[in-house]
Amino acid sequence: MTEQKLHRRARPGAELLIRSAHVLDPRAELDEPRDILIRGGRIAELAATGSLPPPDDGEVFDATGKHAFPGFVDPHVHLRTPGQEYKEDLESGTAAAAAGGFCAVIAMPNTDPVVDDGSILGSLAGRASREARVPVGFLASITRGLAGEELTEMAELADEGALGFTDDGRPVVSAGMLRKALQYQRLCGGVIALHEEDPALSREGVMHEGAVSARLGLTGIPSVSESTMIARDAALAGYEEARVHFQHLSAAESVEALERAKQAGIRVTGEVTPHHLTLTDDVVRTLDSRFKMNPPLRTDTDRRALIAGLRTGVIDCIATDHAPHARHEKEVPFEQAAMGTTGLETAFGALFTELVLPGALDLAVVVERLSAGAEIFALPTPRIVPDEPANLVVVDLDACFEVGAHGYASRSQNCAFHGRTLHGRVLMTLAAGTVAFRERMLVEAAPAR
Amino acid sequence: MTGSRIGPHLISIDDLDRAGIERILDTAESFAEVSGRDIKKVPALRGKTVVNLFYEASTRTSSSFELAAKRLSADVVSIRSTGSSVDKGESLKDTVQTLSAYDPAAIVIRSPHAGAAQLVAGWTSAAVINAGDGKHEHPTQALLDAFTLRRRLGSLDDANIWIVGDVLHSRVARSNILALRRMGARVTVCGPPTLIPRGIEALGCEATPSLERLHEADVVYVLRMQSERMHESYVPSLREYAERYQINASRLRPGQLLMHPGPVNRGVELSADAIDSPQTLIGDQVKAGVAVRMAVLYELLVGTPLLAVVA
Amino acid sequence: MEAATVVLDHDDMRRTLVRIAHEIVEKNPDGAIAVLGIHRRGAFLAQRLHALTSELLDTSVPLGFVDISFYRDDLAIRANAPIVHATQLDFPVEGRTIVIVDDVLYTGRTVRAAIDEVFDYGRPARVQLAVLIDRGHRELPIRPDYVGKNIPTSTEERVNVHVKEADGRDEVTLGPAGGPRRAAA
Repeated sequence: MTEQKLHRRARPGAELLIRSAHVLDPRAELDEPRDILIRGGRIAELAATGSLPPPDDGEVFDATGKHAFPGFVDPHVHLRTPGQEYKEDLESGTAAAAAGGFCAVIAMPNTDPVVDDGSILGSLAGRASREARVPVGFLASITRGLAGEELTEMAELADEGALGFTDDGRPVVSAGMLRKALQYQRLCGGVIALHEEDPALSREGVMHEGAVSARLGLTGIPSVSESTMIARDAALAGYEEARVHFQHLSAAESVEALERAKQAGIRVTGEVTPHHLTLTDDVVRTLDSRFKMNPPLRTDTDRRALIAGLRTGVIDCIATDHAPHARHEKEVPFEQAAMGTTGLETAFGALFTELVLPGALDLAVVVERLSAGAEIFALPTPRIVPDEPANLVVVDLDACFEVGAHGYASRSQNCAFHGRTLHGRVLMTLAAGTVAFRERMLVEAAPAR
Repeated sequence: MTGSRIGPHLISIDDLDRAGIERILDTAESFAEVSGRDIKKVPALRGKTVVNLFYEASTRTSSSFELAAKRLSADVVSIRSTGSSVDKGESLKDTVQTLSAYDPAAIVIRSPHAGAAQLVAGWTSAAVINAGDGKHEHPTQALLDAFTLRRRLGSLDDANIWIVGDVLHSRVARSNILALRRMGARVTVCGPPTLIPRGIEALGCEATPSLERLHEADVVYVLRMQSERMHESYVPSLREYAERYQINASRLRPGQLLMHPGPVNRGVELSADAIDSPQTLIGDQVKAGVAVRMAVLYELLVGTPLLAVVA
Repeated sequence: MEAATVVLDHDDMRRTLVRIAHEIVEKNPDGAIAVLGIHRRGAFLAQRLHALTSELLDTSVPLGFVDISFYRDDLAIRANAPIVHATQLDFPVEGRTIVIVDDVLYTGRTVRAAIDEVFDYGRPARVQLAVLIDRGHRELPIRPDYVGKNIPTSTEERVNVHVKEADGRDEVTLGPAGGPRRAAA
């Protein structure tokens, strides 16, 4: 069933021995050095280091001093296909994903045309089977054209392989419309993922409403714009016994609303982005449009609430909301710039550098949450366990890199972490059994002290 | 005066420390004297080119900047565009890069978008002067306001200044709060709660929706109230705004000074009797504009080619 | 640092200024002069000459001060903008003899700038120049009408004029280079 919902260019399975990697798979309760033997794209064996002979027809990758994690899964990316391939396409977007250690991604439907029709979804799936480097799943839109007025043919879209539905980019403003979608979900299944924002409150806001927006004279988006909608939609989901996923949480109030909903037994989940976990509205003082996104970066209080929420599991997973934009869309005055940052290539590095190293989150929690998006959308969770397909990432935690110094795998360069030095370089990514990314270094980077 | 920080651009009042502001005001006094001569020119910027990029209509500010550069004997190029076709940032970047052919020493930019001056500074080696960017800042307005006040009060230390009106949409208010605080004054902003930005106190001022304590102020700085605000429901009506917040002769205490960045909406934020009263400094503010802008150009541009000489 | 040699002491300076005042009055029998000091120390000296000449002419001679910062020819190569003092020229320049006063005449560039500035106010009948010290090394064809003392110097040396109003004492010394820089006069 899953094979019909994730699409990827077919390639032969890897034959590979990864030697002496420190394997951390929290779900398998594995946290020690291992050799990993991969045959035909499956994990054939995990054994004590040095105990496995090299395969005759395969490669040996010496991972001494490096870590291996289950591959990351990003349930929220914008691949801009169809219609906006100048920003990103399936090939470049999945190349970025693989470079960031992701072994699967789920693409949002706010494209041109919007993925609101079975034939569009079908053709997109076909393209992914030819172009994608890592498996791509798709969400279809809740309303036609994202206009918020008519439901899409949700059942047909589910049959075509939609993993769920979202009007991401926009909220579903009408409670009545959302209610119908929640009811329809009983027929078609899938997850309804919601971008939460009250347009009457967010208006022409371009950043968080607070002391920084007061200083800069920019219109702000108050936190209550997000949290009131989460509360409303959680109540609707409870009433209809539906399954809802809240996207890109940004505010402390939203974490509280999500927690209350879970305590009430409502079937809700939530995600948070690496940029919301590591940056605040203070960086917007530079008026650099790389820091313009929706929802906006908020205060340090919000940031710490998001970290705490992720730690306790109130927030279930990490999702990058990878949003590529072309240079001419970003190199303009802040108010006019497109909203969004890329995130696939820097997700792990940013989280490891800004949260794990300073001790705000355990590495095991970050690793687990980086693939927790799979289960939320009913995809198999990557595991480093024999007989599973090889979905894993090898990372050098000691090596650092300057973001963007050698360009990006993504077609776009609008990265909020551009120019920062991050620790935790991805060396190799295996996705669905094949090597999707292998780091090629022109110059050997000096290990961090 | 060593230790004063000015520039290399004037995009925000944050580009100046207190000594820098005072130095500009002192230099402006000399330029005010120049403006009183028959020949109102000095050769200080001879041979230098100043480009004015005005993407927002404004006769007052644009003519003030043009005159300031000309009185310094600079060559002036003024580009005016109020059409939406040049609102796109790409045109801004292309325009700036094209203008680099004139090797401008300074670019003065006025834009309806916050951060425009900052962007321009990244695309040129000229000194960039922000003549107003969206609702963000208008530093030369704050400087000419400080100049006007300093002439009248002597010193701004401990002066009690109230800024009344639509602070939310006012770049003049933001720059003024910063500049006046830096010069030692105390600032209170007052207006309808919908028009006072949440968190404005972080700039170091107090905020109140009531004019009750206005009598404590030494200076009342009134902001323009635009009719659009009524359409956007920030205020229910201009009539109600005027009733609660209009500065008129009865609300003004004798001895209080009255200021306004202009142009005034007579009968809305200011009554006719207030505008015409002897307490108003509005005329002085206008006169101060050219001298202060000359001082800014002078302080930013004199000395900048040193690097070229050394190289 | 080597000690500087005193070339004019307090009494010398007083006598010199009295002599210059007499020379100014002799050379301008109609008395239609105005005294104009160049900031900073030229201004203090101008005040004294103003008092002396006004007494000799038994009338109040107009007095003004100019700051030549905006007229300098070296603005393009300076490290930072020179500090500006106030120019006060409140009398009409037309048809008058303006006596420009400065402490030290060196390259002549300061005086050139001052002359340019005067002409921006109007057209004087005549411009004359009074300096306390002429140290030579002219770079422009400027010559003083009244000189306190001619002191030949090398370019490495520094002429330091101290006036009571600014420095607490009246004295002119000649010393080696080093110590506080003064802009070339």
